[in-house]
Amino acid sequence: MAVVEHQGKTFEVDEDGFLANLDEWGPEWVDYVKELEGIKELNDDHWKVIHMLQDYFKKNGIAPMVRILSKVTGFKLKYIYELFPSGPGKGACKMAGLPKPTGCV
Amino acid sequence: MAKLPTPAELAKVSYSPPAKGWMEIKPDFRPGQYVNAADPKWMEWIDYPYPRKWSVPDEDWQLPSNWKEIILEGMEDRLNRFRSLKIFFDICVRCGACADKCHFFLGTGDPKNMPVLRAELLRSVYKRYFTRIGKALGDLVGARDLDESVIKEWFYYLHQCTICRRCSLFCPYGIDMAEMTLLGREMLASIGLNIDWALASVAQCYDKGSHIGATPQAFKDMIDFLAEENERITGISTPVSYNRKGAEILFVTPSGDYFADPGTFTLMGYLLLFKYLDLDYTFSTYAAEGGNFGWFVSHEMGKRLNTKIYEEAKRLKVKWILGGECGHMWRVCNQYMTTWWGESPTFLEEPVSPITGTKFENAKVHKMVHISEFTADLIKHGKLKLDPQRNAHIKLTFHDSCNTARGMGIFEEPRYIINNVLPEGHFFEMPPNTIREKTFCCGSSSGINANENMEARMQGGFPRANAVRYVHEKYGVNHLGCICALDRATLPTLLQYWVPEVDVTGITELVGNALVFEDEIERTTDLRDRDLVGFGEEEGAEEEE
Repeated sequence: MAVVEHQGKTFEVDEDGFLANLDEWGPEWVDYVKELEGIKELNDDHWKVIHMLQDYFKKNGIAPMVRILSKVTGFKLKYIYELFPSGPGKGACKMAGLPKPTGCV
Repeated sequence: MAKLPTPAELAKVSYSPPAKGWMEIKPDFRPGQYVNAADPKWMEWIDYPYPRKWSVPDEDWQLPSNWKEIILEGMEDRLNRFRSLKIFFDICVRCGACADKCHFFLGTGDPKNMPVLRAELLRSVYKRYFTRIGKALGDLVGARDLDESVIKEWFYYLHQCTICRRCSLFCPYGIDMAEMTLLGREMLASIGLNIDWALASVAQCYDKGSHIGATPQAFKDMIDFLAEENERITGISTPVSYNRKGAEILFVTPSGDYFADPGTFTLMGYLLLFKYLDLDYTFSTYAAEGGNFGWFVSHEMGKRLNTKIYEEAKRLKVKWILGGECGHMWRVCNQYMTTWWGESPTFLEEPVSPITGTKFENAKVHKMVHISEFTADLIKHGKLKLDPQRNAHIKLTFHDSCNTARGMGIFEEPRYIINNVLPEGHFFEMPPNTIREKTFCCGSSSGINANENMEARMQGGFPRANAVRYVHEKYGVNHLGCICALDRATLPTLLQYWVPEVDVTGITELVGNALVFEDEIERTTDLRDRDLVGFGEEEGAEEEE
């Protein structure tokens, strides 16, 4: 398990760089992933995706399937890729502090 | 993550053997080629031995101090319990018939990916410690001492085998590499060496019920969402029943089908089919996973995860079990489940289709029917009204999944369905040496469909992708069909890399497209919201998502 440091804060991450513990999530983590993803400025749509992911995760214990994310936010998959270049899983879920999906996915 | 080389770079494979002997060459743990070590928390969840933090590129894997004893005792134990293992070790004559049959050898050119040599990695240790000649003559007869570098080599090459058994098909003795790989992985697990992707899925499944870690409410939420999507597109409401006692049939499918595209469209197809038939079925939030990554780790773990299916069938008092489109699930359920359970379950009945009255005699013992068998039987008896024109935008080829095809001989059922749901002249076979029992693996099965080993995955899947490219270029094929959820997870990534013009689809998705309901709304799109050809106003328009 690796540790990353950003803006004076340390985060435990798994080998794919996903946050190990959602409780550690905060603005510093968001800023860290923002740089990784090469996103210039976060806008309302980024936050809409992040909040939806976190709300769903807290309620259901898992990230939503992409089509549910798309329906709830009203964003097409293509636009989600514009917001998060690595996509909903490796980009958006990582920024929201969710664990990476496993299994037949 | 390691940078993935371009397809042109990766297609340059050298098959020249190295100058040095194989025992002198050690594996190079290059990023892109190996799957990460399992997070110790997963091992703790399932009570697996020696949880610790370690990384594959580390020099020191922090093996338990008595690791050598554990491995040798473990090998002895397995030699006693699995007579097949001893036979496979003893009878290989190094004829080399298997050498160029492995997708990982074809894709990497690495001689140790020749099945004959992959087996030798284990066999050499067997010889040294369990045969008189090996004890006496050592490396003169291909025996070698067990040291840490041998263990590292096992870890590397037993996770570049997807237990697809294509090599076994060509072996004149029928030596089953998959069985050796599985037992080798068990021995690795006994000293705390596991891969993260497989073990994360296993632990989640053991703890929460599915590989993706879905809670019961998430499971229901996702499937209900897909039912709503059905209603939006077809006008047909496909209500779902969960954990319903007394239902005739328990339906079990892999979590990929209710979580990840394009499997979700296949699940929509199941729901439409069940609604069409007014089938008395139920999902279970307990037996919420058809797949079994446990089997990729050890027989014991496979058994632990699998038990839920029969337990739930018993609790819900169903008559028999219907299984969704999955490959390894199917091999486990058909060929291991009853053995693991101890006997053919007496609380279930021999499956009979409530629609056609067909007795599935092949399922007499394990009492579980594959959705392709079930659907093909319905079509054969004229029970489905199908409009193949609704799949006119699809030119299909079919990927036989290793476990359903080579493992179980399900060749005709999916093809029969395909020919009934597609317009004539829309189905094209890949070359004969790459389909049916000779099918090439997707290259990422058996728990190695992670991200960090993407280069190895693309190499392993190269022979399959190459055959897809052939039919794409020759016939304009634009979809690859399959009846396996792992395929639906791995093949889109593979094709995006090698043949991006081709999409992946389940077969029941095509059934869902073609099914004609009496009270449906006018259909202008398929289940993916893509315009149909020859329906509605804009003819021939095909929109990508």
